Order: sequence, then structure tokens, then C-alpha cells
Amino acid sequence: MTTTSAPALSRRFFLAGSAAAAGGLALGFDLPGFDTPSAQAAPGATSPEINAWVVVRPDETVVIRIARSEMGQGTLTGLAQLVAEELGCDWARVTTEYPTPGQNLARGRAWGDFSTGGSRGIRESYVAVRQGGAAARTMLVAAAAQEWGVSPGECRVEKGVIGHPASGRSTTFGKVAAAAGRMEPPKDVPLKDPKDWTIAGHPVKRLDTLEKTDGSQVYGIDLRLPGMLNAAIRDCPVVGGTVRSVDASAVETMPGVRKVVRVGDSAVAVVADTFWRAKTAVDALRIVWDEGPNAGVSSETIAATLREGLDAPEAFIGNKAGDAAGALKGAARVVEATYAYPFQNHATMEPMNATARWTPDRCEVWTPTQNGEAALAATAEAAGLSARQCDVYKIHLGGGFGRRGATHDWVRQAVLIARELPGTPVKLIWTREEDMTHGRYHPVTQCRMRAALDESGNLTGLHMRISGQSILAGIIPGRLGPDGKDPVVFQGLNPGGAEAAIGYTIPNLLIDHAMRNPPIIPGFWRGVNTNPNAIYLECFLDEVAHAAGQDPLAFRRKLMEKHPKHLAVLNAVAERIGWDAKPPSGVHRGLAQIMGFGSYVAAAAEVSVGDDGKIRVHRIVAATDPGVAINPQQIEAQVAGSFVYGLSAALYGECTVKDGKIEQTNFDSYPVLRLDEMPKVEAILMPSGGFIGGVGEPTIAVAAPAVLNAVFAATGKRVRQIPASRTDLKRA
Amino acid sequence: MIRLNVNGSVREVEAEPDTPLLWVIREQVGLTGTKYGCGIAQCGACTVHIDGQAVRSCSLPVSGVEPGQKIVTIEGLSPDRSHPVQKAWAALDVPQCGFCQSGMIMAAAALLAQKPKPSEAEIRQEITNICRCGTYNRVLAGITLAAEGGETGRG
Repeated sequence: MTTTSAPALSRRFFLAGSAAAAGGLALGFDLPGFDTPSAQAAPGATSPEINAWVVVRPDETVVIRIARSEMGQGTLTGLAQLVAEELGCDWARVTTEYPTPGQNLARGRAWGDFSTGGSRGIRESYVAVRQGGAAARTMLVAAAAQEWGVSPGECRVEKGVIGHPASGRSTTFGKVAAAAGRMEPPKDVPLKDPKDWTIAGHPVKRLDTLEKTDGSQVYGIDLRLPGMLNAAIRDCPVVGGTVRSVDASAVETMPGVRKVVRVGDSAVAVVADTFWRAKTAVDALRIVWDEGPNAGVSSETIAATLREGLDAPEAFIGNKAGDAAGALKGAARVVEATYAYPFQNHATMEPMNATARWTPDRCEVWTPTQNGEAALAATAEAAGLSARQCDVYKIHLGGGFGRRGATHDWVRQAVLIARELPGTPVKLIWTREEDMTHGRYHPVTQCRMRAALDESGNLTGLHMRISGQSILAGIIPGRLGPDGKDPVVFQGLNPGGAEAAIGYTIPNLLIDHAMRNPPIIPGFWRGVNTNPNAIYLECFLDEVAHAAGQDPLAFRRKLMEKHPKHLAVLNAVAERIGWDAKPPSGVHRGLAQIMGFGSYVAAAAEVSVGDDGKIRVHRIVAATDPGVAINPQQIEAQVAGSFVYGLSAALYGECTVKDGKIEQTNFDSYPVLRLDEMPKVEAILMPSGGFIGGVGEPTIAVAAPAVLNAVFAATGKRVRQIPASRTDLKRA
Repeated sequence: MIRLNVNGSVREVEAEPDTPLLWVIREQVGLTGTKYGCGIAQCGACTVHIDGQAVRSCSLPVSGVEPGQKIVTIEGLSPDRSHPVQKAWAALDVPQCGFCQSGMIMAAAALLAQKPKPSEAEIRQEITNICRCGTYNRVLAGITLAAEGGETGRG
């Protein structure tokens, strides 16, 4: 709740609010020509809708509705390909639009789930959107056949043209669209065999490229609405802290400032005519924080808590076979190592932002979100209205990576601010500093690995103890298991299943999790827990192979006989990198594999390490088996990009905590990979059919372990703590 | 009033002199293709050309623009996406989320204006813009393709 009545803020701060509101009130959001892409994107009533997924305009333009969010990963194009494939339209005439979450609600969730995370955008829509395209085609053909008085079965469809070969007649989608929209939707429509695809499965160009080459693509941060004001915010730098007092006396006379607003109990915002003036005013506020109970938290205190969990007697079991403790007790040799993974920020290029317009009976939000329905829920809650009184217009995202999906803290803030200026749209933009210090961070964990080897160097047992943070406990506790277990912790380590199964058979195995939740708020971070899990397992298996005097590839293969898909991708990268031949002089190699997000992936890296300890990654070979490939050239882009994200994390990514505050504030203190360090990436795409996995995330997880195993080959030193920049690799 | 020459037309804007050029371009001039990413000249999303030179506009106060200097933003790089870098970007589907790409394209265009045939090492050295989606290899290929096209266009 905003606190216009808060004692620290007298009414003198509320400057020209009413005048500012006038523009927004005068211009409704449904006026024709209202210049926002979201207003245009809202499904209109002017063109015939065939069904929820397909609209055909009289000019033959085919509008395909996309429920999931485009944030660079290519889902928009891939989903449109799947609909268009079944529809049989002309791909050159395809355009797209987002239905709103409010429309989904009003139509009984006609578009299903809007959530765009976990590399699920395409794979979880795979059947529904094709059915939508096929049903629309059936209705268009039925409309033409009815007009001609012929059987639909005698008609053919090609590129939006419906023909009746027997009579030589033909018509177009656009001409019969209105009639088709009145046809009974078919109950059951057969779908094409992927081998017959001509649009899906092919490396077609993205639908959203051109706008990104001339500045015309509108992102949330770019949105302008008539009468709109801009807001900047300062939230307490310590989680759980609150605003004790605000002295805004220096702010009230600053140019453009309209209002100072308390946002909840932890933040203060300034609303001004421009963002820069709002931001300048926020900087001039004198805020006294009550930093609350977490002010004493630091990276050191968190690490100590996690260390304790490594030996804790109680832990949630994620995977168990045989008797790992017994195997370790009776082992000829035990290998042990402890690893650690830090907090990391998503650092999307576009900082968090949302534009909100609130009135006592309606609230609308324009925002880049990975989950429009979750954004709608956050909007309604902050607005004090029902979801049916609200809507969210999704704007193209300047990066998501998981930050813009599960929690919508910035939306809540924007709505609370807009409530103080009824009728006026207010755009809230976070500074990079606000974004860096108020993330939903990659969870922090440590891991103790213990392996039992027999006399012949065979792996007879493994205990993997993960200690640390649960994302679900932090942000969606309702999704924890009945015993409190977080199953997401075990990504890539599960005993089986279609999502993220371990690729090794180890006779005595225990993988367990001692949950330790520091107060820093976690989030789903591209790759999620496959990132640390792949490092822990794949780097440690490399250690064990070396301890057993065996080649890391041969050692793995012995454990992978019952995991042919995991093995196939590993073999593919080993072959392509030339594992059996010597690498170039000074270059060293490493391997890793994992299953995540329904796909099987492996990577091989070629790395050199300078005398100064600087890691240089020269070449990455990455193999992916996603079952089915919808757009090979976009999968290649995702794979290459995943190594930028994964290598940034492996080499540099770390958010540290001091006095309860995140210490990194911008890209100068949170370095990321740039072009000068970018390796060549060779993507091997090997869809084996029969299932569909995701491609946005899986290969991130193998970036770090493949490189770190190569670093060991180069230096004889093990990097067991992320980021690698923490380990001194200088030649002694 | 501050007079700015942006994309060939003179604009009079009202802004405090210490306002970064980026925000004047976005808010007062109203051209939002130039992006805010960091505010400290780290990421390059705000790159524009001033008299042909790539400049990170988030860290240049508007008062630092000399009268008569010509500012070109992504919107003014070409009237119809015909700059060789824009064409190469389209040909190779370089952008992912695209947020950094205005700055990336402006940096690339300035590089090619000064060095029409840069080596791979020079491109890697000169293009220091941050892309979190990880388009770097296609950026590299795009600049190479644009350079092979010969013409570097205006801007």
C-alpha cells in the first residue's frame, strides 16, 4: 500500500499531480490510432477470427496468436511456424500478436499457459498450437467446400489458397475467413508427421528481426502513453528492511517533479515528467533505512550456514540406489571434493520496468514479462481489484533469463505508484543499480562429493550432498513437496523421467539436499539448478577419472551403457573435437554432459591458460538432442548464446553480500563475457525423434564443467568455486 | 533551450545541462531506439554517432555536445534499413532480444566507417558492447559480411 498519509511525507510533496493526470484521463486507451503497439496487439474485432490461434484478414495477412513471450529466444517464430505448418498458409504473409492474460481469463484459458520459462515455450505448446492451426485449416476448407457444394475431402490447400481440382475452382483464406469463423470447430484433427513439414523444422528467418535493426522495436522501457509520467525508485538495499524516514525537502523544487511516493514499506519513488528528472530526484532524497534483521548477513555468514549443511544428518533425498555409505566405508579408495556456486544476477540488458494506469475500477499494466498471467495476478493484488478488472499488455522483452517470470516485484511497485495518481499512466524504470541489487538471484549452494573406487578403479559408490538454497522455498513455497522437499534442486540428477534424468548408472548412489535458505531472494536463472549440478557432477567425475588413472571419456562411457541418449551427445562432441587425437599445442580439452529441460546435451571445450592465469576458451563443440527441432538456425543461436551466458557465469559471475546488501551494482563490478573473449561455437543438432525438449537453457549447464575440466588439463588445478576468477591459476 | 542536430534536423529541447545525451534523445527528442543499459558507458546500448564517431551517450552530458555537431541515432543510420550493417544483420538474423542491437549496429557502423575491412582481431577488440543473449558470433559474422559488401554508408 502506498502511504500518501505517511508522516514522513507531508502533502507539500504532492506537487502538480492533478494537472498531470488530465492528459491520461482525456485520452482513453481504446481510441482508434492510439499509438501503442500493445493496443494494436490486443486481438481486435475487425478481422475474422477462425479460432483462438488464427485470424485471417481480408488482405490475406494471417495473424497467429502467440501465448508465450518472446525475449530473444525465438519462441515467437517457432510457435508461428508450428501453427502455419498445419494451417497451410503463406509464410510470407504471417504476422503475430499476443493475446492478453485478461482475454485468456475471459475465454476460459483458450490459450493455455502463458508461462515462458524452463525452456517450455515451444515444447509445452507443441500439440496445442498445431491443433489450433489444423483446426483453422479444416474450418477454412469447410467454408470453401460449403460455398461450392463439394466435399471438403476433395479440396486442397497450398499457401493460403484453397483449390477444388475436380472443378478447377479456387479461393483464398482471406475470402472465406468470415464464413470459416462461423463453422463448427472440428473435434479431432489429424496432425502432420514432422517428416512432411515444409515450414516447421526448417531454418526460416525470425519474424522479429527487421524492427531490431532500425530502433523501431518497442520494448517496455520505450513505451509512451499520452499524459504519461515517469518514475524512479529506491528500494531498501537490505532484504526485509524498511523506510524509517524520508527527507524530500531537496526534491520538491527540482524540475519536473510531480510527486514523491512511498511504495510499500521498503521503497520510495519519485514521479516526474521525465525519467531522468525522476531519477535525479530519487538520488537527492535523504532516506533513512531500518535495515531490519538481515543487516548482519554476509557472504561469509551464508557460506558458514551452507558448510554446516554439508554434514547435517537430515537431508531430502533426490536419488538413491544401493548403499552409498556402505560403499564408501568399504572402498579401496575414497575421492572427496567440495564445490560452491554463488549468487548471480540475470542482468537482462533491459532493466525491469512497467507502465501502470490505475483507476478505482480498472488497472492496466504494460510490461515485459515471461508470464503474463502471473503479471496479471500481481497487478490485481497491488491494485486492490479483481483480476477481471485488470489486464496486462505484454511488451517485447529486452532479455528475460528467468528474472521476468515467477515474481513480478517491479509490476507491484509500478501499480502501487500509479494508485497515487489515479488515471495517469506512470512508467517505472529501474536503474541498472536498482536492478543489480534487487535481483532474484541464482540460488547459492555448496556440494560435497564423495566417490568410492574399488581396487580396479571402478566407481562403486557416490554420495552427492548439496547444501543450500531452494528456489521454491524462496518464492513459490506452495510448490514444495508435502515433506518440504524442493524437487527442482535435483535437476539433471533425477533417477529417471523425461525432464532431467541423470546419465550414469552408479550401483550405490545417494544424492541429497540439506536445505539452507539465506534471506537473499532466489529466482529461476537461465539453466536453473542444472548449472551447479553439472559443475558438481561433471567436474567431480573428471576428478575421479583422473584419480583412477582413466581417460575421462572412457571412464564416463562405462557408466553410461544404460543411457544411450546421454551417451550419444557425449560421443558426438568427443568425435567432433577430436578427443582421441592430440589438441593443438598449448590447448587443452574438457568434456561434460547433462540432461535438462527435456533435452540431452554435451559440450567439449578447447582452452588455454596463460602464465598469468587468464583462461581463454578457443572452441566449444556442443551437441543437443531435443527430440524434434522446430527451427535449426534459431537453435544454433540459442546454443551459441547459452555459452555466453554460461561462460560469463563460470568465469566472472558472482554477487557477494556485505551488511545484508548485494555489493555488485553495475557491469563494472559484475563483468560479463564480451566479443573479445567469445569462443567459436560449433552446434551439433541431433534430434532423435519421439519426444520434444527445450533448447533455450540446456547447454548453459555444460559450459562451465567442460571449460573447467579443460582448465585442469591445462594447469593441474581444480576450480571448485564459481566464478573461476576466484581461483589463482597463475603458473607457479 | 538546447539546440541539437539529430538525424539531420535541428531540434530545440528543454533539459538541464547535465542531463545525459541518452535521456535527451529518448525523452525530449523522442527517439527510443537508443537504449539505456547501464548509465556508466560499460555496455554500449546507448551508442550514437557524433560527427561520425561512436559515442556512449549515457555518459555525455547534453551540454557537452558542441553547437553544429551532428548526432546520428539508429533511426537515422539509414532511411530504410539499407545500411550495410543493417542489411547484414537482417541477412544473418543477428538479434535475439535485440535490446543491445541498436548500440551494436551503431558501433559496428562507426568501426567500418573508419576501417572498411577490419580483421577479426580488430573487430573483437573494437566492439566492446555487451549482449546478454550472446549474439557475439553473429555480430562478428555480420560485421564481416557488411565489410565484404564494401560500402559502409553514411552515419
